[in-house]
Amino acid sequence: MMMDDRQIQIFLDSLLPLLKAGIAFTLPLALVSFILGMVLAVLTALARLSSWRIPRLTARFYVWVIRGTPLLVQLFIIFYGLPAAGIVLEPFVAAVIGFILSVGAYSSEIVRAAILSIPTGQWEAAFSVGMTRRQALRRVILPQAVRVSVPPLSNSFISLVKDTSLAASITYVEIFRKAQQITATTYEPLLLYCEAALFYLLFCSVLSALQNTLEKRLDRYTAS
Amino acid sequence: MIEIRDLYKSFGPLEVLKGVNLTLEHGRVMVIIGPSGSGKTTLLRCFNLLEIPDRGSLTLNTVKLDFAPSAKIPQRTVLSLRQQTGMVFQSYNLFPHMTALGNVMEAQVTVQKRSKEEAKATAMVLLGKVGLAEKAAAYPHQLSGGQQQRVAIARAMAVEPEVLLFDEPTSALDPELVGEVLKVIRQLAREGMTMVIVTHEMKFAADVADRIILMDQGVILEQGTPQQVLEQTKNPRAMQFLNRLGREE
Repeated sequence: MMMDDRQIQIFLDSLLPLLKAGIAFTLPLALVSFILGMVLAVLTALARLSSWRIPRLTARFYVWVIRGTPLLVQLFIIFYGLPAAGIVLEPFVAAVIGFILSVGAYSSEIVRAAILSIPTGQWEAAFSVGMTRRQALRRVILPQAVRVSVPPLSNSFISLVKDTSLAASITYVEIFRKAQQITATTYEPLLLYCEAALFYLLFCSVLSALQNTLEKRLDRYTAS
Repeated sequence: MIEIRDLYKSFGPLEVLKGVNLTLEHGRVMVIIGPSGSGKTTLLRCFNLLEIPDRGSLTLNTVKLDFAPSAKIPQRTVLSLRQQTGMVFQSYNLFPHMTALGNVMEAQVTVQKRSKEEAKATAMVLLGKVGLAEKAAAYPHQLSGGQQQRVAIARAMAVEPEVLLFDEPTSALDPELVGEVLKVIRQLAREGMTMVIVTHEMKFAADVADRIILMDQGVILEQGTPQQVLEQTKNPRAMQFLNRLGREE
């Protein structure tokens, strides 16, 4: 697209505000949500693999509800709906809760599959030297499952970074909402939304590069 | 001393062990042979409760376990029994994310709560014993099958078990690598390690066993010294099995 001088100026003036919104709001939201979401995901995966009925069913119910409803609707319920029940949350807190629940549900399936992909021989070898189930899981199974799940979990994280743009709809001023705000004063939607897209592309490219590095590091004990 | 009385085990409708009785003195080597599907691997896995028998009893030194379909064996008992046994698997099952040294140290640190230094010293001695001291830093995928199985033997010995259990330790190996593993097992036998070995290597069995057990269809057909079982059996099914093996070799 051809840009005139005014548009070039708006583009340049917007770089810093958008970058700031990305670093100060998009990335923290993504990181906090992902880290806490992974804790929930591992717990959910373990609950689903448990031999006890109650945790197994609770976990299945949770995954069923979250996967079966749109993330945007969940965010609206948490931010706009809960105040009706007397629970008023900051946009950041509401967004983090929504994304943790989402990451927890989707990634629990990845973690569960990764745990199940470790051959039974590994469990038996751990048991045969006297380990408890918990020790076997912590020392033998999970370290290997982590390796298996790095590529799919990296994908989840990259998706999450993009999904944080949904938080714009609950007034959280991250990259996308910042772009909306600038658009409101400059009337340049094509320019600003493309610029916002470039920032997402930039962040996701950096993350993909990090993913490659991480996979290479973890590769040292596998033959492939 | 290990004693097994009237051991029964079913998987669903399939009865795999139908009343097995055996005794193994301390320091002796017992080899279990028999056609595939005869229940020999299941029997071996009952020794360290990877399979919980349905009925019967298992005695290891002073611990006696009675099995019944309704009675659950306490976890504490299971763990203590497993710490008195070591197992070597057909497919090695080394921990791929740990070095050879790490594999041999792991149970000492995690289960026995030894210090890292102590565990390392013990592990190096054991790796030396199986001829792999210089491979301590290698990961399993960097080792040949024979080397991996020798590390697995060192790992099984690291908890100082009363008895070592071998489940077809050479079946997954290329023929030229079988010898180095059998050599290690022979050495252990000479040192007086109590062992139960499931194998198809008949020459090795005849060589190393104090006692041979020939299983078929969930029962023991013959048991005795290698000579008694391999040469003097009068049991027609045992003779049939041994003849078939003889032809293959």
